[in-house]
Amino acid sequence: MQLINRKKSGVRKIKKIAPALAAASCSLLSVASSDVLARGEAGTWDFEVASLFYSEADDRVMAAEPVFSASKTFEDGEVLNLKAVFDTLTGASPNGATPSAAPQTFTKPSGNGTYAIAAGDAPIDDTFQDTRVALSASWLAPINRDWEYNAAFYGSKEYDYLSIGTSGGLKRYLNSKNTALNFGLSFSFDNIEPEGDIAKPLVEMAHLGTSDSFDSTRDGSSDSKTIIDALFGVTQVINRNTIMQFNYSLSLSDGYLTDPFKILSVIDETAGANFGGNLLDGNGNNIYLHEARPDSRMKHSLYWQTKYALSNGDVIDGSYRFMLDDWGINSHTFDFRYRWQLGSSYLEPHLRYYMQSEADFYKRYITETEYLAGNLQEATADYRLGDLDGMTVGLKYGHKLDNDTEFNMRVEYYLQTSAGDEGFGLLKDQDLYPDTRALIFQIGYSF
Amino acid sequence: MRFLRLAFVIVLGSIVLSACSELGVKPWERDVLARPEMQLIHDPVEAGLDDHIYFSKEASSGGRGFGGGGCGCN
Repeated sequence: MQLINRKKSGVRKIKKIAPALAAASCSLLSVASSDVLARGEAGTWDFEVASLFYSEADDRVMAAEPVFSASKTFEDGEVLNLKAVFDTLTGASPNGATPSAAPQTFTKPSGNGTYAIAAGDAPIDDTFQDTRVALSASWLAPINRDWEYNAAFYGSKEYDYLSIGTSGGLKRYLNSKNTALNFGLSFSFDNIEPEGDIAKPLVEMAHLGTSDSFDSTRDGSSDSKTIIDALFGVTQVINRNTIMQFNYSLSLSDGYLTDPFKILSVIDETAGANFGGNLLDGNGNNIYLHEARPDSRMKHSLYWQTKYALSNGDVIDGSYRFMLDDWGINSHTFDFRYRWQLGSSYLEPHLRYYMQSEADFYKRYITETEYLAGNLQEATADYRLGDLDGMTVGLKYGHKLDNDTEFNMRVEYYLQTSAGDEGFGLLKDQDLYPDTRALIFQIGYSF
Repeated sequence: MRFLRLAFVIVLGSIVLSACSELGVKPWERDVLARPEMQLIHDPVEAGLDDHIYFSKEASSGGRGFGGGGCGCN
């Protein structure tokens, strides 16, 4: 009798989890990935509340991010998910300039004042502050025995940034539902309207209080980009304990892809006392240029994931992603989790390793020769487009209070190291590639 | 040429799918795979938060799902 009951409950679970697999491969945007995970009985709501705290060392970015997610499973297997994310960011972010043996003064991107950086310190813009609200809704439903579809909508608003998007997907089951083919398309539109307007590409940053004109470095109050993503995936049940997924995705971005808050230093190459220092303009001020990126980007990603359940109830989860784009960047991401089941609790160690090569137009600084030649089309000193490695080490603890209720928390440490051209002359004494260290803490409750 | 390419895709696809048909389980053998922690993304909220962190700190995004935009942080 017990065996029969167990089988029945197993079949019911499969029916509920099938939509989750579809949602997992056809989710909307990075922030709203796979929101739908049906857990509860048909006709009931499931809720999840979580809060993330992210804090970088050296007074850099701090973020608090509460999330509310609600899912409802309907009688015929349809699943509705509604999600709200609130994001508060404060702190400082590298502006792209190189550190210097002399103090530096930068004009705020808004044009409302300046900020100073002491000699030898990393130039960071401490006016970084924003609040974001993101709302999303997704719907997933079976069409018949072998087909399912999903659709999603997304919108987020920050003080100077708006993003809206939609996505849709189809799923086809084969081989007694042991194989599933997923196809998804996503379209999003982003608009940026920074305070102080958009900076002209590769023009000199205006120094306030001098004869420089801030307005002449500006080029319109807003700009936008569109992003189209296509994803094709295969999910395959290997055996009773193993499931595998393989995805190929293509992403096309078009429009304003530059960061209006980032600049580059121009470095003096003339032999003498200032060799390797900042090049000075006619007023004796350092020369910095606003960055410029190409106006389109095509990314290809291959993603592989495998989950394996051990006989003792533990689960191994491993994935690998390879990304390649036409900016000259390629990256490898390895992710590994081990879920150690301890009765109604579990511990989950997590390791992630990421490595990327630099973009073709990445430059830690611009030389005097390049500046005077005046033929640079694109350049960025944003370390996120440079040669970098990232390592995450974390531990999650979860405790099931009953079948539908879980409490969990995780702590992770993220270390990012960069490398590249070490410069010349005075620049050689500066740390051009400081590490980024962050602590991540998350607490969650689902019911 | 186009026909050859199409034929190649069909043959390759058939081989892959027939190989897949050798894999898998019977419907009554899905007890382990039905466990919530065996779903490819078993904690979507955590996955979404992670995607947001790495989207804002690295040049890559997506792969598991769409990379998209959605944030002025990158």
